Amino acid sequence: MDRTRRMRLAKDVMDRDWADPELDLDTVAAHAGYSRYHFIRAFREAYGETPGQYLTHRRIERAEDLLRTANLSVTEICHLVGFSSVGTFSARFKAWTGLTPSEYRTKHVGRGAALIPGCYAMLWAGGFRSAPGTGEKRNSGEAG
Amino acid sequence: MIKGLAISTVWVLDQDRAKEFYTEKLGLEVRTDMTMGEGGMRWLTVGSPNQPDVELTLMVPGGPAMDPESAEMVRKLVTKGVLGAGVLTTDDIQGDYKKLKDRGVEFLQEPQERPYGTEALFRDDSGNWFSFTQPREGGLDMDQDWSC
Repeated sequence: MDRTRRMRLAKDVMDRDWADPELDLDTVAAHAGYSRYHFIRAFREAYGETPGQYLTHRRIERAEDLLRTANLSVTEICHLVGFSSVGTFSARFKAWTGLTPSEYRTKHVGRGAALIPGCYAMLWAGGFRSAPGTGEKRNSGEAG
Repeated sequence: MIKGLAISTVWVLDQDRAKEFYTEKLGLEVRTDMTMGEGGMRWLTVGSPNQPDVELTLMVPGGPAMDPESAEMVRKLVTKGVLGAGVLTTDDIQGDYKKLKDRGVEFLQEPQERPYGTEALFRDDSGNWFSFTQPREGGLDMDQDWSC
C-alpha cells in the first residue's frame, strides 16, 4: 500500500504541476522516492501507462480544454500546457485526439464566444511565462 | 416517500487518522464515535456544523459485509487516488482554499471557474478526492456557451 500511495503522490505532482515545462521524470520520481527506472515500472503497474505517457495525456487533455474555451492561439496554449515545441505538441495532440489543435478547435468551438478570457487562462496555468528562446514577457494581447 | 440523504460512506484506511484529518484540517465536527461491543465495528461519523442532518461515515473496508479480498481491492483503489468521495461546499472558496492549504491539505487543483461555481479539488489523508466548490449564485451560468 505504501508503494501505491507513493505512486499516487507522484501522479498528483503531474496533475498539479503539468503546466511546468521543467517538470520531468526525475522530479516526479523523486516525489515517489524511487529511482527513475524502478519508478517507471511501478507507475505503469499502478496506472496502466508510463508516467511520461500520463503527463503527455494530462497536458493534451488540458490543451483540449483551453482550445475549446480560451481565446488563445495554438502556440500560446502549447506553451501553457508545458510543451516547449509546437511541432511536438501538434504531433502528440493529433496522435491522441486524431485532429490537429486547429482542427480540434474548429470542430469544438461553440458559437464563437470564448468562455474564459485569455488572461485568466494564462494566470491559472502559471502566469505569463517567457516563451522559450525569446526571453521576453508574452501577452495574449487580449483584454481579460 | 424518501425524505433526504442522511449518511454517505467514505472508505478510509485508518479511522484515527481520518478523524484527525476531517476535524482538525477540514473543520468538520464528530457526530458519533463508538465501538459496537468488544473488538466490534467502530462507527465514526462527521458532519458540518452548518448541516446537522447530513453526515459522512468514515468506514474501514472489511467487516462482516466485505470479504478480505474485496477489502484489499477497496483499499487499493482509495490509495491509488481514483475514487471521488463527493462535493463539499463553501461560501468563501478563496479564503477556505488558503486556510486548508495552510493546514497541509493536499490540493490537486486551485479554485477555478466552472459553469456551476468556483471549484478546487483536494484529497483526504487516505487518497479520496473531493470537489470543494462555491456554487454559482443563481445556479448554472447559461449565458455562457459551455458546450464542451
